[in-house]
Amino acid sequence: MAEIKKFLYVNRKAPYGTVYALESLEVVLIGAAFDQDVSLAFLDDGVFQLAKGQKTTAIGMKNFSPTYSALGDYEVKKIYVEKESLEQRGLTTDNLLHLTYEDEDEDYAEKDSIQLVSRAELADIMDQQDVVMSF
Amino acid sequence: MAMLHTVNKSPFERNSFDSCLSHAKDGSSVLLIEDGIYAVIKGSQAMSRILDAPGVSFYVLGPDLQARGISQDHVIDGVTVVDYGGFVDLVTRHDSVQSWL
Repeated sequence: MAEIKKFLYVNRKAPYGTVYALESLEVVLIGAAFDQDVSLAFLDDGVFQLAKGQKTTAIGMKNFSPTYSALGDYEVKKIYVEKESLEQRGLTTDNLLHLTYEDEDEDYAEKDSIQLVSRAELADIMDQQDVVMSF
Repeated sequence: MAMLHTVNKSPFERNSFDSCLSHAKDGSSVLLIEDGIYAVIKGSQAMSRILDAPGVSFYVLGPDLQARGISQDHVIDGVTVVDYGGFVDLVTRHDSVQSWL
């Protein structure tokens, strides 16, 4: 089997205004079939993608935010959210979706996927990757 | 000439909102739509721009707030939430409309 690489998907756009957020999510789900070490980063306006309580009926678009909750089932367990980006936008983690995965090493205990990281920590995470995909 | 300004870009990604407010005269109105609605979140960095423009009336489109998961109690006090009908009323109540894209 080929060597496992570290993939980071960088999300910097708000949902709905442009198609970047939806495209990123689709690429992550497709990429999940390849058994790589996958992480997602949400920074700048990308943090808005994870806002909870999205209801799109009145704007006539598909609400794709429930799909983020399925990421755990696709072995996507590391979702980094940049603290400074949240703060600048008047948000806290309470305003975000609660995303979890089941840890197979600990009797499938449910664990939080979202990790709040500082800008400096995210810079280090980016630095450690083999492949970075930007949306 | 009372003008209605609309802004549809995030204030954190583009300068449309900033530029709009730099040109909006007292007595005019600003309606935030699509990604522009992110300017009305209480406690955000864009909040001071709204508070610093007391002569301008601010409106935000409710359906775009709901779609993006921003609840009404998260909206800066003094900003009026309108629906699509309210959008039409605003257009008819003003002499002209300028879109900040």
